Amino acid sequence: MNAALELRDVHKSFGTTKIINGVSLAIPAGERHAIIGPNGAGKSTLYNLISGRYPLSAGQILLNGEDITGLKPYEINRKGLSRSFQVTNIFHRLSVYENIRCAVLWSLGYRYSFWHRVGGLRDAQRRSVDVMERIGLARRRDTLAGELTYAEQRALEIGITIAGGASVILLDEPTAGMSRTETANAVELIRQVTEGRTLVMVEHDMGVVFNLADRISVLVYGEVIATGTPAAIRSNAAVQEAYLGTLHKEVASA
Amino acid sequence: MEFVLVQTLNGISYGLLLFMLSSGLTLVFSLMGVLNFAHASFYMLGAYFAYQVSVKIGFWPALVIAPLLVAAIGMLVERWGLRTVHKYGHVAELLFTFGLAYLIEEAVHLIWGRLAVEYRVPPELDGPLFHIMGSQYPIYRGFMMLVSVTMLVSIWLALTRTRIGLVIQAALTHPQTVEALGHNVPRVFMLVFGGGAALAGLAGVIGGNAFVTEPGMAAAVGPIIFVIVVVGGMGSLAGAFIASLLIGCVQTFAVSLDWAIGGISIAQAAPVLPYLLMVLLLIFRPKGLMGTREG
Amino acid sequence: MRYQPLNLGRWVLWSATALVLLAAPQIFSASFVLTLMTQMGTMIIFALSYNMLLGQGGMLSFGHAVYSGLGAYLSVHALNLVGHGAFPLPLPLLPLVGGLAGLAFGILFGYVTTRRAGTTFALISLGVGEMVFACSLMLPGFFGGEAGISTNRVVGQPFLGISFGPAIQVYYLVAFWCFVCMAAMFALTQTPLGRMANAVRDNPERAEFVGYNTQHVRFLQLALSAFFAGVSGALSCINFEIVSAENVSAIRSGGVLVATFIGGVPFFFGPIVGAVVYIFFVVALSGFTKAWLLYLGLFFLLMVLYAPGGIASIILMQIPVIRARRFGELLLPYALAAAAALVALAGLIGMVEMVYRLSEQGANTVLTVFGLSFDARATPPWIAFAAVLVAGLAALRHAARFVSARWDAIQQSLQSRAA
Repeated sequence: MNAALELRDVHKSFGTTKIINGVSLAIPAGERHAIIGPNGAGKSTLYNLISGRYPLSAGQILLNGEDITGLKPYEINRKGLSRSFQVTNIFHRLSVYENIRCAVLWSLGYRYSFWHRVGGLRDAQRRSVDVMERIGLARRRDTLAGELTYAEQRALEIGITIAGGASVILLDEPTAGMSRTETANAVELIRQVTEGRTLVMVEHDMGVVFNLADRISVLVYGEVIATGTPAAIRSNAAVQEAYLGTLHKEVASA
Repeated sequence: MEFVLVQTLNGISYGLLLFMLSSGLTLVFSLMGVLNFAHASFYMLGAYFAYQVSVKIGFWPALVIAPLLVAAIGMLVERWGLRTVHKYGHVAELLFTFGLAYLIEEAVHLIWGRLAVEYRVPPELDGPLFHIMGSQYPIYRGFMMLVSVTMLVSIWLALTRTRIGLVIQAALTHPQTVEALGHNVPRVFMLVFGGGAALAGLAGVIGGNAFVTEPGMAAAVGPIIFVIVVVGGMGSLAGAFIASLLIGCVQTFAVSLDWAIGGISIAQAAPVLPYLLMVLLLIFRPKGLMGTREG
Repeated sequence: MRYQPLNLGRWVLWSATALVLLAAPQIFSASFVLTLMTQMGTMIIFALSYNMLLGQGGMLSFGHAVYSGLGAYLSVHALNLVGHGAFPLPLPLLPLVGGLAGLAFGILFGYVTTRRAGTTFALISLGVGEMVFACSLMLPGFFGGEAGISTNRVVGQPFLGISFGPAIQVYYLVAFWCFVCMAAMFALTQTPLGRMANAVRDNPERAEFVGYNTQHVRFLQLALSAFFAGVSGALSCINFEIVSAENVSAIRSGGVLVATFIGGVPFFFGPIVGAVVYIFFVVALSGFTKAWLLYLGLFFLLMVLYAPGGIASIILMQIPVIRARRFGELLLPYALAAAAALVALAGLIGMVEMVYRLSEQGANTVLTVFGLSFDARATPPWIAFAAVLVAGLAALRHAARFVSARWDAIQQSLQSRAA
């Protein structure tokens, strides 16, 4: 059975600096997988490699068994992978509703049409309203995305990511900068919208990680030093050493 | 044979002039992210100021005074114009410099009229430098090359060997860090913009009398400079250098060739060649010869 | 900015526009006003097509006249064919020829130019524009050299009895196409492509990550924009009955850029306002003073510095204040600022006109400005105008602060009311 997302011996260097040093990972369909690690470990770079933003120096990436190495971001997205961004990356001059609608248009097959009236597209409308309600922004439907609060923008960020119906979702620090309540809401939201899909999540908040993840990978200096269930990771000596106590403190409060 | 030699030398001297212009543009673009549409207008101002000064005082003082005047104008433009527009983004900055180019051209019309002015090569530089197999090579062309090379070498030295040069290089990629270290980055920007303007002005001083000094000169050379910057690769000085020499030689040769293809002589087609080159490059190598920075 | 009032409001707006287009010549019946309005109609289409690139797609182009100009050239050749009886095309359909020509060239050049974005795209568009302009002087067969290609619009069979000879008939033809194009371009903003063009403008990277090839979006947007530019070119050909290299020149490209910008790039109706103001500047003002291009350039620069959203943004900013019935509080500050600006302007005009007169070799240096005659070589007028300019600017600074303070106060109280 094909893994939903598979990385085979992925390497990435910028000039002479090696950022990703032989990462291999196989994530089965439907799993919620978290990637944790200290700052500078290369987590964002890994995401950029998977989503096609940067080219690989070596190795392969497979999506649902298909080789997507070297494909452009929009090609990868069309094959069923969608990602969010650590720094909020939305269409700031469009309304919330329009943001989400832009994210559904391709998946509904409308492509580059200039003969459909977008206001009359019932399926786009329904899907967008549905997503808006799930992310809790239905009341802010006509607000310009640039005018939302930070937490609302993060929610919109997630909304745009899942609206297209991708089967593999990559979330990059979705709860960054959120308060405790906002984080709790975000976790619930993520749990709901990724039901039945494959989720890969980069996170620093250990509470979130242990709450959501089926399995965890630990990335340190561009290498995966451990992969396993939360319990296994918690008791892994190498991981403890890499984090040096941080894990203990976070886990105690989780 | 002598034709090829003379034309190559001409092409190189023209190419060096183009590089003086495109390097100033590239430096300002690399540092501040703003493409100065009015860069060729500073070139024109340099020529006109040099004309005015050389008529009243002499050519040699003009060589110093004119670029300084243009630099002053450049600094004023940066301080009172670009700084205000900066917060609206790169498009607004480009549009500001676009409007500025309009305005400078009209101001030149206003003050010096619509016809070309008699900006002449000074008599001591007028004449043959050497003879090659029966053809002469003018002193002034040699002088142009000398000035270009001297200026460019000094800038390279200034950027890499002096303290202010290092600050500029650092501010190229990390302006906030440089400011946090206590350097007055806005002042650095103002100086760099003024420096770019001075470079363009100097090019105008030496180019204005070799070619023609008239209100249309900015609009004539401006697009060529932009083509050079695109062909060389945005933000790359090496690319601008290669592209300048390439286009300088291509244009110089083309203008003097009378072969015809399909009823159109190459000399007639000369104005189109740089743009054709750009289009071809875009199809096959969109990043330019040595592109580093996207606009 | 959203431009979505109730649908009823939209019907009212479009009907009102149609009404204005129909009734205008009846109200302003002087013949020079008629030609002015005809040119405005053509420019509106051109500017709206330009804003499909800039305002909708975030693409700054310095070479848009290529598409309108080539559309004009193909139209003029088609029209001459009609005149020779070789092509039975009724005149009202000529703009379609221009449009299709524009579309064809949009596809041809657009394929190359949209490979890059941002500032690079702007420079490439300039380069392509210069290239076409240089070609236009090189190929006299198609482009007619310096003199251009002239034509006669009263050819072939009259269309429903209308010959399109008289200016009023040309106006109504232009007005018809203007309305059709306005509606079509507005409808395009409401399509998936139109929406994605906006998305690509706002965040090209994100647009890629929702499945769209941004280069393809920009390419299609350019091709469609070139179609409408071609339509405007054809109408220009019908109106002036001549097409020359000037139609593809950098001056034309710069002109539509200026017109669109001063009208207001972020709003759909901005270019409409901008086209009207621009034609007024170019046609009407140029009759009064030789320095009109200087004034236009200055106006453009001031807009870039202080009102980058154009005239449309200034109008729209007043609407919340008007709705809150507090516009009355702004009348005095605005009046004072306007007065100060007029004073400064008077000083500026005086000096500019004097310099122009002096720079003209052998011209009479005695000129009349605002009804006063004086010699430009004498010193007193210089001092007088300079003083007026300085005084006006100083007064303007104070007035601007007054406006600013009043505006901030109103905004604050509006926001605290809304909170």
